[in-house]
Amino acid sequence: MSNVLLPGTPAPDFTLHATPDQTLALKGLRGRPVILAFYPADWSPVCGDQMALYNEVLPEFQRFNAELLGISVDGVWCHAAFSRDRKLHFPLLADFEPKGAVAKLYGAFRDGEGIAERALFVIDKNGTIRWSYCSPIAVNPGADGILEALENLPK
Amino acid sequence: MAKLKVPVGPTDHSQGPSDAPVTLVEYGDYECPHCGHAYPIVKALQKRFGKQLRFAFRNFPLREIHPHAEAAAETAEFAATHGKFWEMHDVIFENQNSLSEEMLGELAQRLALDRQALREALGSGAFAERVQRDFSGGVRSGVNGTPTFFVNGMRHDGDFEMETLREVISTAAGQ
Repeated sequence: MSNVLLPGTPAPDFTLHATPDQTLALKGLRGRPVILAFYPADWSPVCGDQMALYNEVLPEFQRFNAELLGISVDGVWCHAAFSRDRKLHFPLLADFEPKGAVAKLYGAFRDGEGIAERALFVIDKNGTIRWSYCSPIAVNPGADGILEALENLPK
Repeated sequence: MAKLKVPVGPTDHSQGPSDAPVTLVEYGDYECPHCGHAYPIVKALQKRFGKQLRFAFRNFPLREIHPHAEAAAETAEFAATHGKFWEMHDVIFENQNSLSEEMLGELAQRLALDRQALREALGSGAFAERVQRDFSGGVRSGVNGTPTFFVNGMRHDGDFEMETLREVISTAAGQ
């Protein structure tokens, strides 16, 4: 398992495509908490996959004014199709070129397989990582850790 | 390992003795095919373990991907207020391939419940808060999809086939 960045570390900035013609910069979200959810791939073949779950939990994240970003190495068109199919209401970022560069910055890339870990980061409004967690790749980590971390953020 | 944050209590729908050595909690979605798959397995487990097992079902509708899951959950809660939660829970799972509001109304009628009252309850969202309470508690407990099972308060991360669950429950029962 990779060594994901630990709490207290400044969150490395990045700019990635959120849609084929729009990019999103982490820096642009300063002032509110950000949840980064790295995951291995779109289209996992179960109903309750991680992104579908977070989609349902979104109102609870929003109570903390937090922005959720899903990140995988899938490309923009793949994300667009997946997002439409699962009716996702939050951005999926394409860590596609150079592949996995952002996952690597966060210590959340699986070298042999070329995909991101199931790694979660909660970043505070000033851009510092306050909580991180890397789940075994086959285990959907759920949302409880994220909510607890958001609750524990300094006001 | 994720732990159940909301203990099974009087507001839960449960079967089996409250002092059973093993409590199995399922967070489920009536429209989820995996929950449909687990339905007869849970029934068989209840038969196998008898009084040693208490089973509680909590709502975890994945509303965005399952358009009828919320209405189905509210229908079961409606039935619960007439003492027919488990009858409704069972018939919904047995008919999960043809779920619709129309169908839920028919099921209510079949259980001698007031179809019009159900329609009104669904329209006004009378049971939405009850369902949401289950959902939020589940999220806090680390429910990560459907179905998610907890055995004596610990999330079960393996598969939910008969063999696997029987073994986990046997171990929890100290057999």
